[in-house]
Amino acid sequence: MSGTPVRKRKRHKHNLAGYAFLAPWLIGLFAFTLIPMVYSLYLSLTKFNLLTAPQWIGFENYVRLFSDERYLQSVRVTLIYVVTSVPLKLAAALLVAVALNRGLKALGFYRATFYLPSLLGASVAVSVMWRQIFSREGLLNQFLGIFGVQGSDWIGDPRYAIWTLVALSAWQFGTPMLIFLAGLKQLPQDLYEAAAIDGAGKVTTFFRITLPLLSPMVFFNLVLETINAFQTFTPAYVVSGGLGGPIDSTLLYTLYLYLKGFGSMQMGYASAMAWVLFAVIGLFTAVYFWSARKWVNYAD
Amino acid sequence: MRTKGNHWRAHALLLLVLVAMIYPMVWLVGASFKPENQIFTTMNPLPLVFTFANYVNGWTATGTSFTVYLSNSLTVSIATVIANVASCSVAAYAFARLDFAFRKFWFAVMLGTMMLPFQATLIPQYAIFYQLNWINTFLPLVVPYLLAYDAFFIFLMVQFIRGIPRELDEAAALDGAGHVRVFFSIVLPLMRPALITTTILTFIWTFNDFLRQLVYLSDHARYTAPLGLNAFVDRASGSSYGGMLAMSVVTLVPTVAVFLAAQRRIVDGVATTGIK
Repeated sequence: MSGTPVRKRKRHKHNLAGYAFLAPWLIGLFAFTLIPMVYSLYLSLTKFNLLTAPQWIGFENYVRLFSDERYLQSVRVTLIYVVTSVPLKLAAALLVAVALNRGLKALGFYRATFYLPSLLGASVAVSVMWRQIFSREGLLNQFLGIFGVQGSDWIGDPRYAIWTLVALSAWQFGTPMLIFLAGLKQLPQDLYEAAAIDGAGKVTTFFRITLPLLSPMVFFNLVLETINAFQTFTPAYVVSGGLGGPIDSTLLYTLYLYLKGFGSMQMGYASAMAWVLFAVIGLFTAVYFWSARKWVNYAD
Repeated sequence: MRTKGNHWRAHALLLLVLVAMIYPMVWLVGASFKPENQIFTTMNPLPLVFTFANYVNGWTATGTSFTVYLSNSLTVSIATVIANVASCSVAAYAFARLDFAFRKFWFAVMLGTMMLPFQATLIPQYAIFYQLNWINTFLPLVVPYLLAYDAFFIFLMVQFIRGIPRELDEAAALDGAGHVRVFFSIVLPLMRPALITTTILTFIWTFNDFLRQLVYLSDHARYTAPLGLNAFVDRASGSSYGGMLAMSVVTLVPTVAVFLAAQRRIVDGVATTGIK
């Protein structure tokens, strides 16, 4: 295209306009993300209570984490929560998406209704409702009572409390369901016709055709939901009355971080916790991406 | 092959799951109209005796009226929506249409911030806003969104703008329109669906947000609806279930209303793309 050297254009046509339009985001990026990240890394190496200047203590906060029983408990609770709630949620999402993907007349109604809990699930109100459902006189025990089963106080029992949170997470399968549903619509119908001619059953078809073709969506949802699960706060806070009880059985990571940082104002310590969480989420994501080569099927 | 029997079974399964999922919410609404002593006696969501007492008592039970909480929530949510739509659309236009140095690099950075856990910046942001004397104001909740803090919406809009034919803005540019005019008179009107989606999601997410509001707002006069409800739960702790459930319903009404209004849009969208 370019003719004489005189007419040689700059490689980027819109440098000035580009950066003008980008300026708000760029300023925000530095002010609210990059600078705070660096500042947080610094704070994690200090003792800091907001009112007096940070006091340098090196890696002491990180070392202390490993001898903090409550911290280790919060790590255990969080890992249990993540590795159970994410697969459960995705399985429910996939199952319902496949069930919906058969040309139902009422698809719009089903989609919207199944999606509603996802939209409201993070609210305090839904957590309050959840507390009532699983309390001793709650809805679940009344339901069990019909069959003569005496339910326990699910929220108040340290053996069960975390599972009420897992159930609350699974209840919100609407978002991944919508993503699966969009993926299912794209699948080539001829493969299914070929499978039917070959006499493949429903289950075989699902595992040999649907699931492999849908694996990019599974991967996407897995990454997204894992990151979300690690960050869960509101239900643990509301259901446990803000303390992570009974006996720390619902002390999710972010709740403990909140209690340390804003409850007892140990902001250096809480910053160290935030950086460990950041590293763990990064690790999970890296493992997903590394393993994706083995099981995610990118067509063509 | 799909048979009638299969359809029937799928419908039955779906309806069962649907009822199980929705039942708690129906129960919640019903229980909020029951007298206190009848809330936990039956699974039946319909109140035998219908009363507004829970709403009347609950409304002012924390000492501050829910009118205050709700109007604070609306203020924060609407301000956030306006800030978010404006700032994200400007950034999205740059990423989708303008050719500038390091564009790919910044785009990757933008995607990276979407994966960032908010805890990583929660404490330093608090320390910064504390220095600015912004604690117990709405500023820490809204100002970041003026600067396109939530990259998810930039990404959503970039994807949408890429689907708008370039010929339109090129024609306008030939007519002498600058980037500002192309943005305001061509791209912005055409990306209305993306702006509406952003508006709806930002509103609902902000209205239901809890942790950031819990951290930044400390005064009942500044409390939002989730904080008011939480304060109620703290205070009541078992004594006033009726009021608690009624106020839960109250804090859900704005988001459910927005959802119901937008839900038709979803159905319309589905119809126009030709999906059954």
